[in-house]
Amino acid sequence: MSAITLVEAVNQALAYEMAHDHDVIVFGEDIAKNGGVFRATVGLLEKFGSDRVLDTPLAESMIAGMAIGMASQGLKPVAEFQFMGFIYSGLDQILSHAARMRNRTRGRIHCPIVYRAPYGGGIHAPEHHSESMEALFAHIPGIRVVIPSSPAKAYGLLLASIRNPDPVLFLEPKRIYRLIKQEVADDGKALPLDRCFIVKSGNDVTLISWGAMLKETMEAAQQLENDGISCEIIDVATVSPLDMNTILTSVEKTGHVVIIQEAPRACSVSADIAANLAEFGFDLLKAPIQRVTGYDTVMPYAQLEKYYMPSIERIINTVRDTQ
Amino acid sequence: MTSLKTIATFQISYLQYLNEQHESVQPFPAFATPNFLLDVYKRMTLLRVFDTQMVNLHRTGKIGTFPSSQGQEALFVAIGLAMAKEDVLCSFYRDHGTLIQRAYALTDILAYWAGDERGNLSNPNNHDFPICIPIAGQCLHATGVAYAINYRHEKKAVVTSVGDGGTSKGDFYEAMNLAGAWQLPVVFVIDNNQWAISVPREKQTASQTLAQKAIAAGLDCLQVDGNDVIAVFDAMKNALTQARDNHKATVIEALSYRLADHTTVDDASRYSDAEEKKAAWKKEPIARLGFYLESKQLWNRDKEAALQHECKIIVEKAFQDYFARDKQKPTSMFDYLFEQLPNADIDQYNELL
Repeated sequence: MSAITLVEAVNQALAYEMAHDHDVIVFGEDIAKNGGVFRATVGLLEKFGSDRVLDTPLAESMIAGMAIGMASQGLKPVAEFQFMGFIYSGLDQILSHAARMRNRTRGRIHCPIVYRAPYGGGIHAPEHHSESMEALFAHIPGIRVVIPSSPAKAYGLLLASIRNPDPVLFLEPKRIYRLIKQEVADDGKALPLDRCFIVKSGNDVTLISWGAMLKETMEAAQQLENDGISCEIIDVATVSPLDMNTILTSVEKTGHVVIIQEAPRACSVSADIAANLAEFGFDLLKAPIQRVTGYDTVMPYAQLEKYYMPSIERIINTVRDTQ
Repeated sequence: MTSLKTIATFQISYLQYLNEQHESVQPFPAFATPNFLLDVYKRMTLLRVFDTQMVNLHRTGKIGTFPSSQGQEALFVAIGLAMAKEDVLCSFYRDHGTLIQRAYALTDILAYWAGDERGNLSNPNNHDFPICIPIAGQCLHATGVAYAINYRHEKKAVVTSVGDGGTSKGDFYEAMNLAGAWQLPVVFVIDNNQWAISVPREKQTASQTLAQKAIAAGLDCLQVDGNDVIAVFDAMKNALTQARDNHKATVIEALSYRLADHTTVDDASRYSDAEEKKAAWKKEPIARLGFYLESKQLWNRDKEAALQHECKIIVEKAFQDYFARDKQKPTSMFDYLFEQLPNADIDQYNELL
């Protein structure tokens, strides 16, 4: 077993599930012969053939809507949007149909679909390629939003998402696609959805994050430990529906919370976590909830994005303020 | 002088058997036997009685918004009748006439428009989609269903219906494009009733016909007299065969006229011309076939009276069945959100207990 990157873990999970479930169909723009612009689907065409690995015409609403038709017939479509910035013309199909088909047919038709999309900033990409808009989708009833933060999580959570009988938006933090390597057994073992993961135990403060920001959060925690501040780190992983129990249990121990996200601040996942903490964990808090987030601005182009992205320094300063 | 060479040409055909003056303009196809014609006449009549009674239910406050299909009975009946049970339907919101031909209970159509999700549950054609309210989204669902059919090497077709306004939507074009590129067994039927709520057909597009929108996607297409049930049925049968046997998609534009308001909460007198509607009534499908049947001594006033009575009893019974049904529990809004209710939702669920 050799160490693999996050994008290789995505590929490994897709290949595993396609080999074990003939109903899994993978499609999107440039995903077959080219293997995807990030190579997430590389080699799948050769292994599984052109009726299971499909290059689609360039139309995102079509990708989203076709998946619903396939799913209604018992297939398990895994659709790739090339970048999250191009998902919005498929939003109508996701929101108006995929997320509500089980409910509106009272269970007669359901949508076991995974919509995959690379997302997030920090790679100096062109305009429209860097946003973190998970909260848009977390607001939609009937669809899960799942975000891995490591190769092992990408593998286990993607398998869980494909096997889940309901639609999942699987957002892949492309900044860390190749930044971390980890040994990931190709054993087909899924990780649980709807659960936060405690990635590090600590006593003084609970740091809550997901996706690529886990990296800065971990590094900040390391430096804070040197100053004697013991950090517990929670990887939210499924940002909708939220696992508040794990978060509340941690806060009961630490009494201090900092939520770190790349996305803009207003009406965001961090806002929802903070609201739930205020509502259900007020007595547990020894200091106000703090957030380190992207700004409520349009995502800057490459030159200014470093000022937008939450930095290790911002995280450290904010944690110190809570103590 | 620049010389240009023609590299592509196309033409749009029009199909009609029974014209506005209820005369046959060409020999009928073999399926159009007296029994067939009497059967479709009765089905169209039942649909009109159902629509009329649904509008009345709205007026008495018993149901909310409802889109009557008055005037377009021929095309909806023909679409539904032409399909095989195992074919799949992805229809738009005015298409209950098609559902009825596919043995969908009137009670369930009423349930849906009365605001009860269970109206979408008991479809006897288990793979049929529920009617689609957002415009043209259903066309894309049809392509996915059709892909699954091809993937499994099945011999089935998918039918998707859309209004004339819906042909302006991207989803309609994206679906046709994919059906052509991937050779999907889809039949697109355009209910061109001349109105997208208040916007008339000529303001929707400069395209000479709606059928020709298929050309750019590489699909076959045809315009039919949508008030001629024989023409629609014939076009549907051919298109379904093309889909099942040759994986070729077809676009059928059925020309008709919306004799009712857009829905029960619309008032078409605000924007439509009374004279135009009067003229459209002269072309409507039920009277047209009725006059033809009378001319062949297949129908008469007594039979008509008996049929009207019979249809009213069927519709009345369906309404009674619905209003006698148990109401859904409030918690049912959580029961089908996901296969299993996530922990995050349990407190909200308990509030409704």
